Amino acid sequence: MTPRRSYRVGGGAAPYIFVAPFVLLFLVFSVYPILQSFRLAFYATSGPQDWSPVGFRNFTFLLQDPDFHKAVTNTLTYTVATVLLQLPLSLGLALLLSQKWLKGQNLFRLIFFSPHLLGQVFVGVLFAVLFQPKYGLVNHAYAAITMNPANITTKWLGDPVTVMPALVLTSLWMYVGFNMIYFLAALQGVDQELHEAALVDGAGTLARFRAVTLPAIWPVCQFVLVTSTMGSLQLFELPYLLLGNTSGPDNAGLTIVMYLYQNGFASGDLGYASAVGWTLAAGMLVISLAQLRMSGGVGKE
Amino acid sequence: MKILRIAAIGILLLGSILALVPMVWLILATFRANDRVFSEVFTVTKPTLANYTDLFTMVPFFQFLANSTFLACTAVCLQVFFSSLAGFALAKYDFQGKKLVMGIMLATVLIPGQLTLAPSYDLLYRMHLVDTYQGLLIPGAVSVFGIFLFRQSMVRIPDELLQAGRIDGCSEFGLYWNVVLPVSRPMVGAFSLMTFMATWNSFLWPQIMLHSKLKYTLPIALAQMVGLYQQQYGMLMAGTLVAVLPVIILFLLLQKEFVAGLTAGAVKG
Repeated sequence: MTPRRSYRVGGGAAPYIFVAPFVLLFLVFSVYPILQSFRLAFYATSGPQDWSPVGFRNFTFLLQDPDFHKAVTNTLTYTVATVLLQLPLSLGLALLLSQKWLKGQNLFRLIFFSPHLLGQVFVGVLFAVLFQPKYGLVNHAYAAITMNPANITTKWLGDPVTVMPALVLTSLWMYVGFNMIYFLAALQGVDQELHEAALVDGAGTLARFRAVTLPAIWPVCQFVLVTSTMGSLQLFELPYLLLGNTSGPDNAGLTIVMYLYQNGFASGDLGYASAVGWTLAAGMLVISLAQLRMSGGVGKE
Repeated sequence: MKILRIAAIGILLLGSILALVPMVWLILATFRANDRVFSEVFTVTKPTLANYTDLFTMVPFFQFLANSTFLACTAVCLQVFFSSLAGFALAKYDFQGKKLVMGIMLATVLIPGQLTLAPSYDLLYRMHLVDTYQGLLIPGAVSVFGIFLFRQSMVRIPDELLQAGRIDGCSEFGLYWNVVLPVSRPMVGAFSLMTFMATWNSFLWPQIMLHSKLKYTLPIALAQMVGLYQQQYGMLMAGTLVAVLPVIILFLLLQKEFVAGLTAGAVKG
């Protein structure tokens, strides 16, 4: 870490003044809403004026609402699919890019990262057009790869079965290069002497990866695992724009946050929105703790 | 060995093509007449600027561009200033309540933003800040993430440097402004770009907060255009390209700082 043992000057009132704007804004616009959301979750509201207490009814309604079940299933499916596909791809690309003999690393890194610059909304608008059933770019590629000209009219976003694959593909395009940046940075920190020592001991490529590289980059793997899972669970913009401001055919693209937006804000029931928010927060907390616990054991080996 | 290297380069080239092709298609599509958007793939036989003229005449797109630019630039200035100031205090001073402040910050990191959408809207409604830019900018003036980033980079500034400044008669704010901020320039660059991108691309909160059309930001405006001009593919693509261009240009200018800042949080933990 950092050299902590040196003298520090109190600075009088200065540090208090420096943190004051933050503390003030933070208390009013973060801490207060968090506490308030806890209260709101037990009310039915129609607009900000009219609150009536409903006890646990927001939660009981939520838990038996088929639309919410659909949203949870969709969000979890998307999360598992993207994380399982994305992380190996990101790590694989980072391993290839960190080969010493390779030239043009910076250019490749820039190219792989660039889709992320577009942001979910704009990527959604772009891919809605790329997935067009009549001669969209994706269908050109799909027909060529499957060698079946009939596939050129595949209705990716119009068919409940293909909405999720389309969503996952779009998300891979956007995030593989983004997560690769973390792995690349981690790989640069791997101790080269350990690698050389293992090489002298006659360890093969795979053995060296498992014994030297993987333990060294494990904390970053955990970080990427947890952050991309959390990001996936909060999915909203990408499917919303991809499906033309809807939840798609048969609600195939409905996510938890989209459900929160549609049922909380479109109908003006902020109480219900808070109940959905708390349910999402609780789910995210449980999942991230479980991930850290499970992956933590492996890292200590 | 040689075959492996060729295979590796092959994979990297394939990946590059997959990453770039949608963007190349986007650029080409903006120069095609609307009825020809899907009739060719990587060629433009009759180039036209009609999509761009449509974009700026059929919708007040210039207004949206100006709105987004104003909001993103103001958010960057506010967040960089207040976050770095608080980060400096947490990195370089011992004061009462410091542990408490950091504890509350850490506790809220785990809470997803969607949780506070409803109560924040309720609060801002009561403050008469709904449908105003103040309502977007004031609550977002500081970022917990930004404070952590700045604190982490400022902890490394030697205390002797600050002490030397004090001996020269520098005030505490003068130290921040003349010593600490210039030394932290890479982090300022990285955090500015991250804030700019986050504000520029932000959708859900502005969508909830902004009701009058002339106040719309680019993502909200484009989302609405998707509904209104469903078949105007050329114009939608032109709008997308114009909307993403500023971020791409800014990124190319600040690339190095951005990558360093992005990974600072993860690698050093």
